[in-house]
Amino acid sequence: MADGNGPGRITIAGLAFAFLMLVLIIVSVWLFIARPWWFPQLASVRGGDIDGVFSAVLIVTGIAFVGVQGVLGYFVARYGSRGTERAGYWHDNPKAEAGLLIGTAVIMTILVFMGQRVWASIYFTDAPPGTLEVQATGQQFQWYFHYAGPDGVFGRTDAKLISDSNTLGLDRKDPASKDDLITPEMHVVVDKPVKVRLRSKDVIHSFFLPNMRYKQDAVPGMSIQVGFTPTKTGKFEIACAELCGNGHYRMRAFLTVEKSEQDLNNWIKEQLAQQAGN
Amino acid sequence: MPVLTEERVSGGIGAPPRRTPPSGGGGGGESDSSFPVSAKQIATWLLMTGIAMLFAGLTSAYVVLRGVPTWEKIPLPPQVWMNTLILAASSLTLELARRSVKVDKIAALRQWLGITAILGIAFLAGQIVLWRELTASGVLLTSTLHSSFFYVLSGIHAVHILGGLIALAMVSIKAWSGRISSISFEPLRLCSTYWHFMGGVWLYLILLLVFA
Amino acid sequence: MQVQHATEHAHPQLGFWRKYVFSTDHKIIGIQYMITAMAMAVVGGLLSMLMRLQLAWPSQAWPALGKIFPVAFAGNVMEPSFYVSLVTMHGTIMVFFLFTAVLTGGFGNFLIPLQIGARDMAFPFLNALSYWVFLLSCIVIIAALFVAGGAPLGGWTAYAPLSAVGDASGPGEGAGMTLWITALGLFTVSGLMGGLNYVTTILTMRTKGLSMMRLPLTQWSLLITAVLGLLAFPVLLAAAILLTFDRVGGTSFFIPSGIIMNNRLLGNSGGHPLLWQHLFWFFGHPEVYIVILPAMGMASDILSTFCRKPIFSYKMMVYSMVSIAGLSFIVWGHHMFVSGMSPFLGSVFTMTTLVIAVPSAVKTFNWLGTIWGARIRFTTASLFAIGFISVFVSGGLSGIFLGSSAADIYLQDTYFVVAHFHLVMAIAPLFAAFAGIYYWFPKMFGRFMNEMLGKLHFWGSLIGVYAVFFPMHILGITGHMRRIYDPLFYDFLKPDKNINIFVSVSAFCLATVQVVFLLNFIISIFAGKRVKENNPWQATTLEWETPCPTGHGNFGDELPVVHRWAFDYSVPGAKHDFVPQTVPPGAEKV
Repeated sequence: MADGNGPGRITIAGLAFAFLMLVLIIVSVWLFIARPWWFPQLASVRGGDIDGVFSAVLIVTGIAFVGVQGVLGYFVARYGSRGTERAGYWHDNPKAEAGLLIGTAVIMTILVFMGQRVWASIYFTDAPPGTLEVQATGQQFQWYFHYAGPDGVFGRTDAKLISDSNTLGLDRKDPASKDDLITPEMHVVVDKPVKVRLRSKDVIHSFFLPNMRYKQDAVPGMSIQVGFTPTKTGKFEIACAELCGNGHYRMRAFLTVEKSEQDLNNWIKEQLAQQAGN
Repeated sequence: MPVLTEERVSGGIGAPPRRTPPSGGGGGGESDSSFPVSAKQIATWLLMTGIAMLFAGLTSAYVVLRGVPTWEKIPLPPQVWMNTLILAASSLTLELARRSVKVDKIAALRQWLGITAILGIAFLAGQIVLWRELTASGVLLTSTLHSSFFYVLSGIHAVHILGGLIALAMVSIKAWSGRISSISFEPLRLCSTYWHFMGGVWLYLILLLVFA
Repeated sequence: MQVQHATEHAHPQLGFWRKYVFSTDHKIIGIQYMITAMAMAVVGGLLSMLMRLQLAWPSQAWPALGKIFPVAFAGNVMEPSFYVSLVTMHGTIMVFFLFTAVLTGGFGNFLIPLQIGARDMAFPFLNALSYWVFLLSCIVIIAALFVAGGAPLGGWTAYAPLSAVGDASGPGEGAGMTLWITALGLFTVSGLMGGLNYVTTILTMRTKGLSMMRLPLTQWSLLITAVLGLLAFPVLLAAAILLTFDRVGGTSFFIPSGIIMNNRLLGNSGGHPLLWQHLFWFFGHPEVYIVILPAMGMASDILSTFCRKPIFSYKMMVYSMVSIAGLSFIVWGHHMFVSGMSPFLGSVFTMTTLVIAVPSAVKTFNWLGTIWGARIRFTTASLFAIGFISVFVSGGLSGIFLGSSAADIYLQDTYFVVAHFHLVMAIAPLFAAFAGIYYWFPKMFGRFMNEMLGKLHFWGSLIGVYAVFFPMHILGITGHMRRIYDPLFYDFLKPDKNINIFVSVSAFCLATVQVVFLLNFIISIFAGKRVKENNPWQATTLEWETPCPTGHGNFGDELPVVHRWAFDYSVPGAKHDFVPQTVPPGAEKV
């Protein structure tokens, strides 16, 4: 083709590349729309919000992805040469550039605001009074859950008291600890918010509840509180999501979401009775 | 420039020396470059930037841990002020060395360089005395966070002073073999920049450790 | 094109060792870096193949491996501790000893003096020293694989207190970790020496007429990267020093009070694990830009050359690289959204992170703008430069999910992150490095690499990298965590089994294709088609004024004089479709 403007030669390499971009687009669109593999079943309020942020970003990035990969493939197919033709010399378009830059910045700003609303609802919103508090402690390679029991007061714990039989160092002399339950299972009540206070005995772990879209690192020396509200009953897996040593992969626990507070309290009573019997 | 050609020949690059204009302030400018600052000077500033970032990183660690409730500041013995004075004096004498060279007083240059080196070594010796005093009085590396920082910060600083002494030695060798004069004293200038910088770092560390 | 020979003047002819091994010639040093980095890539790649083997078929017995690695494969099944050490070493080797080394050390050394019209770096001896310290650091890190206890277990990020308490937290955290820290310390020293050289050289030794805004983008990227390195690596060193004191000195910089290791209450008090993360990521985030910026610079220049069209908006390309570098210092907290860092800081870092997306978007638009209206010559080099764009866009877009703190709550520490950083920090730079190797091979060795094998390498790699890394986004969405030895331990991950198998098989295929590249590279050095001209690609930049391969002193008796920028392709009215930088204004018409 003559100098500069207009399409170049269509080449095999160009077409092959465009074809691959097309395949990429089709496969990715299928993966993200047909969703043969997708998020685990949603079971919490905040999870719904987080999924909403994900979806918003997905729409924006999806459009950008299809657009850019598509245009890239199209240009590469259209503007080939046999080695002697000349291209256009133009290489500036301040208005277009400014427009794209500002457009990108605006979209990013919108995403920031959308996300921040959800972030604030999780981190900057206090739990209503009377919310169940569960203290979750990670250690190599197990999670333990500490319930305050019927008196609603957590017994004192002290690292110096930790032993094989007293995994969280509960001070049995503290009257508040009489009805405390320490267990490797976590139970909560559906549709009721729960405060989780995270601790670690040794290294950094991460408390990950996929169905609740909950993740928070448990850092030794820190006591971190983040909550959630489950919306479905059932049994859900808990994983550790921060490399904590050789057994990191098997640091699993189970969350049971009970139908009612009554059920939860019954369970706590049963567990306490069992432990007293031992 | 003779120095450049020597480097090139020994490095095996077979290019003839280019005719280069003399650059002001002590030689070493890169031939046709119109850049106002010499390569060695830039390198020295970059080195100091890197060192500054090292101490900035350590400082930020200090600032973060300063807020810990169990923070306990250890009092530093008076030896620390003695050492600070010695280091300050060494900067002074190095400056006097530089001034001597500018008016071609080579004997004075050598004298002041020598004194600077002695003061530098005295500083390091003084630091060792200081560390021994502290450990003898029971303040160890692991005693408190503050003491940990003191040992680590002063130790890393000492390592850099040692580096400065090596540079000083190299400059002194040049001074004694007559290769420094009022028209060619860039190595001295750069060494003194580095030396003053490390003196400044010490002052900063002391203020941090004593008052912050 | 008149071939100029570099004149060898009256000085003793150097022996083999001084000429090719202990050389201070930046070209030799650059090639040394490149070859060493390629060797490290093979090691790092093999480690990842073992990882993929385990992930696809967890706890499968491999008798052959049990024979070769009896400790790592006790009972013919991979040990969990070996898996975690593979993860750690793969990451460490690839990030530092491959990518930083090949792009900054390899291409930086080779190209800087050539593209700025200088005979060598400002400090050739320091340059050689930086290579040998780098080589030493490679030996030390490899040694970590072989010491008692094996390699460290903390991931390349070595979070405290896991990394700070010594082998109380597991085998490999003893001697292995000490070697790891030492290797990184040496690497930092090497990098600092290199960085000093690069900045000084680019600033002071540009030839006459070569103003900053006439520099190729490769040079801008190397300059900016060197500055980034000088500012960021010392902070890593600071963190490593404090970590070492915790490990062997009994200090408590990163270890809080009250922690129990191996049933023993440690006596530490006052330290803060998050401090390590802040220091590490303050370095770590600029580090990823240290990797990608030279890749962007090189890909841009190579793209322009083979599109026969100037890079679109050169000025904005420079400004965007500068702003990416500056912004890179204020986004590090996006690695720490769920770390326990203050949620308020989390909000701040989300904002800064999404801001840094903007200059990268600008660069993407500009690459597209370069191809628009181009006349593309399809060579292996240009194909990889084009592929770079695709891969970088894929990786960059997934970063937006991760930068949004609310979405990151779920995605952090999953394979979504793994997909993101591989595409954007490993594959994109890799493609740019491949483009650079195929492009500058003639300049380095005076021969071409085989184009047919090169194209096979490209198409195989393009398909392969997407097959390996795109599904990882899906894995992350299903909640698949990072660094886990046996995903099938979890019920909710059982549906991922086939994805992991697909990824692993694809990875093995991708690795096989790389063997084609390695063979092509090695054989072409000795038997590739000889290059008969200085400028086989008809490019504009200064290195193409020198012979292939370039000799000592780079340029002949006279250094080149520059009259124009590096992108005069398809200049209207010019006699040829490219005008080298040395052609005076007006002379391009004749």
